[in-house]
Amino acid sequence: MEGRVPACGWGSAAGGGDASPIRSNRRAGVIVEFLLYGIINSITLSLLSLGFTLVYSISRLPNFAHGALYITSGYIVWLLLNRLGLPYPIAVVIGILATGFIGALIYRFILIRIRGMEISEIIATYAIGLAIIEGLRWGGLRGMTFTLPPFFPGSVILAGVSVDYQRLSIVAIGALTFLGLYLFTHFNKLGLALRGIAQDERAAMMLGIDSDMTAVVSLAIGSGLAAFAAILLLPLGNIVVEAGYSVLIYAIAVCIIGGLGSWGGAIVGAFIIGFAQILTEAFLSSHFQMVVALLAIIVTLLLKPSGLFGKQKELEERV
Amino acid sequence: MRRKERIDRGIKVRTEGIYAISSMREILYLLGPRLLLIVGLILLPFILQLAPYWARVVNIMCVYALVALSFDFLANYVGLVCLGGGFFVGVGGYLSAIFNTYLGIPFYLSIPLATVFGAFLCTLLFLPCLPLRGVYFAIVTLMYPLLLTRIIEAFDILGGTNGISGVDSFPNQYVEHYAIIVVLLLVLFGLRRFVNQDIGLVLRGVKDNDQSVRASGINVTHMKALAVFISAGIGCFGGAYLVHLYMWAGISLFALDFSIIPIAAVVIGGGGTLVGAVVGTFILVPLSEALRNLGTFRIVIYCVALTAFIVLKSEGIMVYLQRKYHQFERWVKV
Amino acid sequence: MSSETILSMRGISKHFGGVQALSDVSFDVKEGEIYGIIGPNGSGKTTLINCITGFAKPDKGQVFFRQKEITGWPPHKIAHVGITRTFQIMRPYYSLPAFKNLIIPLWSPRARKLGGWRGGGKHGDRDTVAVDILEEIGFERDSRVPYKLASTLPTGYQKRLELARCISMRPEIIFCDEVFSGLSMSEIAGMTPLIEKLKMEGVTLIMVEHRLRELFRVADRVMALQFGEKIAEGLSGDVIENKQVKEAYLGSEEV
Ligand SMILES: Nc1ncnc2c1ncn2[C@@H]1O[C@H](COP(=O)(O)OP(=O)(O)OP(=O)(O)O)[C@@H](O)[C@H]1O
Ligand SMILES: [Mg+2]
Repeated sequence: MEGRVPACGWGSAAGGGDASPIRSNRRAGVIVEFLLYGIINSITLSLLSLGFTLVYSISRLPNFAHGALYITSGYIVWLLLNRLGLPYPIAVVIGILATGFIGALIYRFILIRIRGMEISEIIATYAIGLAIIEGLRWGGLRGMTFTLPPFFPGSVILAGVSVDYQRLSIVAIGALTFLGLYLFTHFNKLGLALRGIAQDERAAMMLGIDSDMTAVVSLAIGSGLAAFAAILLLPLGNIVVEAGYSVLIYAIAVCIIGGLGSWGGAIVGAFIIGFAQILTEAFLSSHFQMVVALLAIIVTLLLKPSGLFGKQKELEERV
Repeated sequence: MRRKERIDRGIKVRTEGIYAISSMREILYLLGPRLLLIVGLILLPFILQLAPYWARVVNIMCVYALVALSFDFLANYVGLVCLGGGFFVGVGGYLSAIFNTYLGIPFYLSIPLATVFGAFLCTLLFLPCLPLRGVYFAIVTLMYPLLLTRIIEAFDILGGTNGISGVDSFPNQYVEHYAIIVVLLLVLFGLRRFVNQDIGLVLRGVKDNDQSVRASGINVTHMKALAVFISAGIGCFGGAYLVHLYMWAGISLFALDFSIIPIAAVVIGGGGTLVGAVVGTFILVPLSEALRNLGTFRIVIYCVALTAFIVLKSEGIMVYLQRKYHQFERWVKV
Repeated sequence: MSSETILSMRGISKHFGGVQALSDVSFDVKEGEIYGIIGPNGSGKTTLINCITGFAKPDKGQVFFRQKEITGWPPHKIAHVGITRTFQIMRPYYSLPAFKNLIIPLWSPRARKLGGWRGGGKHGDRDTVAVDILEEIGFERDSRVPYKLASTLPTGYQKRLELARCISMRPEIIFCDEVFSGLSMSEIAGMTPLIEKLKMEGVTLIMVEHRLRELFRVADRVMALQFGEKIAEGLSGDVIENKQVKEAYLGSEEV
């Protein structure tokens, strides 16, 4: 029980590993375990998708390089820790800043030229992400040897269920992040402005807000958030490039269920997928985690493309 | 101030109407590029007999070219950007493998059957997404091949991660080559005809303005389904052929390669020309084979090239060549 | 015969979010007449056309075509029975030459069912038919205009092309959404005979217009909309004298 800290059920989202946390303890706190790990998984997913949602809602850019940025940041931090021997906190800060900077560069030099051409944006960001991921793989990011140390080693027994501190800290930090984001966008001038842009880009443009500048900033923040999520989640597993793909799919799934561009929707979407994954994992196998996410994307798009809380009515267009 | 002026070559203007062709030179002007492609492709296996490895690359190259054609047709003539070309390849491949190994149908029947049934199956599965627009259609289609891969893995069906082995190979090298080369040429010239036929024009109308097509009393969903059927059929043939070439069907058929390389080829070759898709593949695939020992770095190269072409809003190699062929340029004072 | 009702609307309502675009609009159109719909910007004229032609689903109310209910049918089915429309925001098939634009309606099941166009054989060459229609609607056959890319045509020709698209369907009813707007006086003068010719051929025309003077010259009856409500209906002369209509248009230079 205690020994399985790094290998976790939703590890395929955050890193590697397949062992199921639920299988192990059937009798005692099945419900508690289900709830607890459901919440942990949901918060994990919402952290993973936060950057993607933010970029899309503020500047309508589908950042398909999100997963690649996630894994890049993990690798940067690993390099700083192991090659340069920097202290962990400093490595983390540099990792987040560097990833944010990469995001800004991607907009400044590439996406700026194809802004507004949605399909080109998707293909280009996807290609960039692919190039980063496969480049990292080629550059030596292979195998199971890349790990980040947990911030808070050890674990506790909560109502008969064993949870390690790292996961608890994810829940706490995740919740704090959402609270902070909520306060920021509702009570801070800059945050209010960002929210305004997210709600009505055209109006914001008419008010003279520089759309390229906000896009650079949003991509930088979004990439920084991907890095933030990576640093929180990667210590639970290994840094493997495949996670770049799955993170992207989870982010898309969460955003599409909630409605592209809706922040509240993304959190609800994360909880829906999070609990659905824990359920299928308990009753089927962990192989179905990705199936759940992919099915969620397809079913949502087919039944209600605007998602649960999407504002756009893309199907009822003006004639 | 100077400005570049482009003028059609005299020979282009003269040969535009079919009746105007009067000299050998004009006929050659019209047929030359086509003959170059056809004869070149047909001779290629002979030329490459000295290098058996490269002869095999030709086959794979033609499969990619087919998938690229199917992408180009769907994206630039119907307006459906399908990012999951691998889905068609995978469905066709698995179907052919099933027909061949489980049902014992010989390859010359299993490939056509897989093409037709695969096209039906893909169209059926895509039917619900046809009303989706732009990004949404692109995202869904990107997810389809991934989903099928994961389902095969999770349920451990159709051979699971090991795939289906023991698929019949082609009886000899010539069948192997010409099965794909002939089909590629047929599809290329067939599609070129098709898009200029009345029904092809309707599909192009759907791309330009589907509301107006609706107002003209045409069921747009039917038209899109027809286009997906054609496109899926082309992809499925590629997959079915590949399975017999490798004598094995596995989830790598759904792999990203079949989704991203054809897109890169179309963008580089020149979207909306059909020939551009073929030319793009004929550049990219050999290039990537030459760089084989770089491993996954090849994907990096594809992606960088693809991004560069998209970002620079390049018209593509084929459009450029066509322009050079048909027009001359001169600088004029403004 | 010309007094027979071909199209009738019963209590059509439609809202978009908080905007009530149409509320309880009812009217009848007689076969073969030219029926005008006027109203200030945003009064719901285009929405009304959308509700009838299937591009929007009315929240309430019914639409009857020759006593048959067609409410909520998809657009292509409505076009198939002979109700066509032009679009206010013109978007021809940009990548096709002008005459090829007409191949699409000519290929439609309706046009194929009705056979070739005015005497052309059933399998008549659609290209020739298309050029014929374009000539009829004012594209000079011998010039290069019909063969130019639709995206390069000037507005006047694009409007004609929209109308030509409807005509090639051999429709019973044509909804014209502001075909006169954006045209010069002489261009309108060129269009008017076309409209009159269509009327003579027995086509029912429903014209949404802002150019009141030009509309009243051709229209038999007119209805006025304001804030999605019908405020007047009647002969052209009567409607223009209506107090509410005058108020609705107060400040507009058209009257
Ligand atoms: N698809 C839509 N979504 C939201 N609101 C819409 C939509 N279509 C129309 N509206 C609103 O409904 C009202 C009526 O619009 P409509 O286009 O029917 O007016 P109109 O009379 O055609 O105006 P105009 O003379 O400018 O063409 C307007 O307030 C418009 O903003
Ligand atoms: Mg209008």
